[in-house]
Amino acid sequence: MVNWIWLFMIVISVVVAAITGKMDAVTAAAFDGAKSGVTVSFGLISIMVFWLGMMRIAEDAGLLKTLAKLLGPIVRKLFPDIPPNHPVLGYIMSNLSANLFGLGNAATPMGIKAMQELQKLNPDSATATPAMCTLLALNTSSITIVPTTLIAIRMNYGSANPAEIIGTTLFATFIATGAAILADRWYRRKSLPPSSFHTTGTKTINAAPPFGGDGVV
Amino acid sequence: MYNFFSSLSSWMIPAIIVFIPLYAALRRKVPVYETFVEGAKDGFGTAINIIPHLVGMMVAISMFRASGAMELMLSGVRPLFDLIGIPSEVLPLGILRPLTGAGSLAFTADLIQTFGPDSMIGRMASTIQGSTDTTLYVLTVYFGAVGIRRTRYALKVGLFSDLVGFLAAIFICMYIFG
Repeated sequence: MVNWIWLFMIVISVVVAAITGKMDAVTAAAFDGAKSGVTVSFGLISIMVFWLGMMRIAEDAGLLKTLAKLLGPIVRKLFPDIPPNHPVLGYIMSNLSANLFGLGNAATPMGIKAMQELQKLNPDSATATPAMCTLLALNTSSITIVPTTLIAIRMNYGSANPAEIIGTTLFATFIATGAAILADRWYRRKSLPPSSFHTTGTKTINAAPPFGGDGVV
Repeated sequence: MYNFFSSLSSWMIPAIIVFIPLYAALRRKVPVYETFVEGAKDGFGTAINIIPHLVGMMVAISMFRASGAMELMLSGVRPLFDLIGIPSEVLPLGILRPLTGAGSLAFTADLIQTFGPDSMIGRMASTIQGSTDTTLYVLTVYFGAVGIRRTRYALKVGLFSDLVGFLAAIFICMYIFG
């Protein structure tokens, strides 16, 4: 997918440039783009170094664990089919709290660990369980308290107030996560009775109808 | 409302960087400075590791803009977006966001560079980029790790929440900064 988007942009650029006669500008833009890529990455160093240092303190102080505990009741509500006190709940809580702190590097291993545990509870190892779908829904919308990368980029390009987008980002991420939870609930409920068998209009890759095997109708 | 959001934004970081070390030092006896330095070492690698991704994507986006292809693509939807008062420049970001993390980050950086970080487009782009994760990547990594092939409704839920997040980001930016 990403390969095609990338190829598409480059090929179309050259084709359009050939028609509009902007070939020199496109050549210059290619090198400018490469330069910007490096500039932006270097701009990230300062804030990444600072933030990951802060987060290590939070981790060593047990704050991630405390947050995970606070999330406990919510997580148990969101995953009703996992037996209480099952170790997977701990991984899910760690995954979500690492996401909140913006620690992608810590969130992913925890999330994968949670998936492995969920897989053990799965009767059909090739098909996703509702609990897996809920975990994915929470991770794709991912609530982040401080969008560090964006603050760094804004700082780099001379923003008067790089952090001013924290409030709007929190609002949008909150709404997106709410939407993900509601949609997940809706599909979960819909997939419960095996009798009601109707497909929605949207076509998706890999999505099998509930209890419908490979969609052979 | 504006005051609430702007004070939330300006208090968040100071609150976190005071609370975390203070709590760690007083309650848990963590050697805060040494721990900070130890954790901070990882930051360098994290930032450097994205150079190839960002260079690759920014070259493509930069060419796409300079050739006039971006303008060509946006001219079709511009009247519709103008009607509701949304800058059409953020539309490609909404499409890229769920598909490629590096691509949408590069596109956000490109918008901030072109229009300025404190422009409406710059603020919207920052909010859109920061508010959701790359759905396709998360699905690939998480399901791939345990060999799930039938992902049922997970993709639909992910894309739906991306769309809602995109619209919410546009709405709140127009409301707060408009």
